[in-house]
Amino acid sequence: MEKELWKGNEAIAEAAIRAGCDCFFGYPITPQSEVPEYLSLHMPQHGKVFVQAESELAAINMVYGAAGSGMRAMTSSSSPGISLKQEGITYIAAAELPCVIVNCMRGGPGLGTIQPGQGDYFQATRGGGNGDYRTVVLAPSNIQEAVDFVQEAFDIADCYRNPTMVVCDGLIGQMMEPIEWREIPKRDLPPKDWATTGKHGRDHTNIINSLYMDPEECDDHNADLEAKYKLIAEKEVRWDTKDCEDAELVITAYGTPARIALSALEALRAEGIKAGLFRPITLWPYPEKALHDLAGQDHVKAILDVEMSAGGQMIDDVRLAVEGQKPISYLGHAGGVMPTIEEIVESAKKALKEAK
Amino acid sequence: MKKEIIISGFGGQGGLAIGKNLAEAGMAEGLNVTWAPSYGPEMRGGTANCSVVLSDKPVGSPVFAHPTELIALNEPSLVKFEEGVLPGGTVFVNCDVVTDKVHRTDLTAYYIPCSKIADEVGNAKVSNMVMLGAYVAATKVLKPETIEKMIQEMFAGAKAKFIPLNIEAFHRGMACVQ
Amino acid sequence: MAIVYQKSKGLTDAELHYCPGCNHGIVHKLIAEVLEEMGLLDEAIGVCPVGCSVFAYKYFNCDMQEAAHGRAPAVATGIKRTHPTQPVFTYQGDGDLASIGAAEIVHAAMRGEKFTTIFINNAIYGMTGGQMAPTTLIGQKATTCQLGRTKEQAGMPMRVSELLSTLDGCVYAERVCVTDIPHLNKAKKAIRKAFEKQMAGEGFTFVEVLSTCPTNWGMSPLKAKQWLMDNMVPYYPLGVIKETSAEVK
Repeated sequence: MEKELWKGNEAIAEAAIRAGCDCFFGYPITPQSEVPEYLSLHMPQHGKVFVQAESELAAINMVYGAAGSGMRAMTSSSSPGISLKQEGITYIAAAELPCVIVNCMRGGPGLGTIQPGQGDYFQATRGGGNGDYRTVVLAPSNIQEAVDFVQEAFDIADCYRNPTMVVCDGLIGQMMEPIEWREIPKRDLPPKDWATTGKHGRDHTNIINSLYMDPEECDDHNADLEAKYKLIAEKEVRWDTKDCEDAELVITAYGTPARIALSALEALRAEGIKAGLFRPITLWPYPEKALHDLAGQDHVKAILDVEMSAGGQMIDDVRLAVEGQKPISYLGHAGGVMPTIEEIVESAKKALKEAK
Repeated sequence: MKKEIIISGFGGQGGLAIGKNLAEAGMAEGLNVTWAPSYGPEMRGGTANCSVVLSDKPVGSPVFAHPTELIALNEPSLVKFEEGVLPGGTVFVNCDVVTDKVHRTDLTAYYIPCSKIADEVGNAKVSNMVMLGAYVAATKVLKPETIEKMIQEMFAGAKAKFIPLNIEAFHRGMACVQ
Repeated sequence: MAIVYQKSKGLTDAELHYCPGCNHGIVHKLIAEVLEEMGLLDEAIGVCPVGCSVFAYKYFNCDMQEAAHGRAPAVATGIKRTHPTQPVFTYQGDGDLASIGAAEIVHAAMRGEKFTTIFINNAIYGMTGGQMAPTTLIGQKATTCQLGRTKEQAGMPMRVSELLSTLDGCVYAERVCVTDIPHLNKAKKAIRKAFEKQMAGEGFTFVEVLSTCPTNWGMSPLKAKQWLMDNMVPYYPLGVIKETSAEVK
């Protein structure tokens, strides 16, 4: 298949169109504005809907309305804008509506910086809005994965009637890389017979709602959601490893840092240091068992978590998975500074030395 | 083979475009490539740079501190990035804009009068092609034919009149380092 | 026996939860009748707010979505843009629409979204227990302005119909009330006109219904009706605030 050079954000937008996205509702924010820019031109050309909303709040609620009436709906933003969408996301999760949300993360907190960041890990994986809910979170580490995951995200969302997030960072959004538009395996999707499409002869009204005045009823609803989340955790967890078979030092990283870590692995191996990479692809559900089992291997002496976050956020999940089997150290920067290859090499050596 | 190139200049000077051309040409030759821009206020006229990787293996990090080559289109870019260039690396300087010289002695330096040549060719806009020619001739990682073909595709249809101009600029750039 | 009156098919059999003397039930009935009479029940998709009418999805016999507080116009935008030939409406109170959802309603009107908003203005927050709304009148007491609203502290009450009328996308805005049969008939006509204009694709249509809240106003239903006529109508004049004819558009 022929490769094409695409900018990350534009590729993500095109992937949405190819996935049959019916409507996109967005708001400008750096570094993701190319997504709405691209879709403003191309959605109408495909007979699809594009609306530039007055705010991120409005955009996510437009998604709620469209998804609730049976459409494949998407929104995208970057960190501060994703914060504003949290209200809508918890309502969407509660009403069990499928939709795709792309977060092209930048450094925070607050306005932070427009440079790449990963400080929204907790927000994405713990549910940034109120209540007990989960969003499926896919974390591409290159543009090919970004376009594949965006397309899959629509199916995952429809399959489970659950919001699905694709979190990348400013670098993936802004950089260019050759990609292939490869066929994404399609899933068997349930009919959307719950959607508010107008009754059209149906003997009952369809209602999209997240309100339960009876606490018992709300408890039951939460139990149903929880059962669904368990099923997703069983079926959808994904990760990737590189050179872990004999690794003494395992780097845990996702997104751009995982990519930088690949170059660090090369440098470490060149010096005879057995280093490997464990890269979660789904941040929720987290590949807890896989990491637990890897950390339990005798050849693994130490783990180094690398993130674009001040003190680390994913590291909490790494600790939960490793369960104290091996020492874990951390390397990270926030505020838009990316960890360098050299820093990773140095931290890896240090971690290994301390473990021995 | 792995080339890690930083191209840097004023916003609007065309550094990002040179990078894209390199990435496109690399992809056309079957190499693995990445193009990563600095983004933000630089886009509006400050110093803008991009990092390009051309490699026969899958690309790990698309960003790096130690380029194999630096293309400096303005003075601040040379000041900022010369230090980091890999020992034995190469620096290409647009000497119509940059008056300073490369200070390190372990680097090969080419001073290319991009703007002057572009003016001679007849269009200030083709100065990037001059620099691209210099890079291709000096590093030999890409075939000149690949760039020529790319130029023909870039200016297809109504813009076809720009093809000879760009190809001439590209050749003049190559001649600078031969 | 001949049937002289029956409940609209536009309403379900669910028992309304509204307080005695509240106007929500009447307005529900009018919307239901209009949808039924226009033959739109099978097509319609409604959006209800957060506020006293939060359970409206149980009462209307058409597909319904329950929106987050104030966001009904955004939700309706998502529905209408993807179902452009179907009737879509929002039903919102004054706290929902004029306060927390001010941006959403203004921008839906600005974009000329082709749905209808029925706006219940009872000058108070009902569901949360009688707090001050943007529409609370000067001097009117509420639990968050216990000595009466003052201009200095809270500004002057918002006239939403007039505000939205300044936007070209809003093709129809009328203020009505349902305190007696003549007014009720006018209100129904206004609601019908709003849906007709929506179905003709003219733009955003808006009907503001001045309503009573005997519970939170602390009055009997009859006194509340009188209070509405004496106090609200002078500040919020009844009638067509804006109507753009289809030709002009």
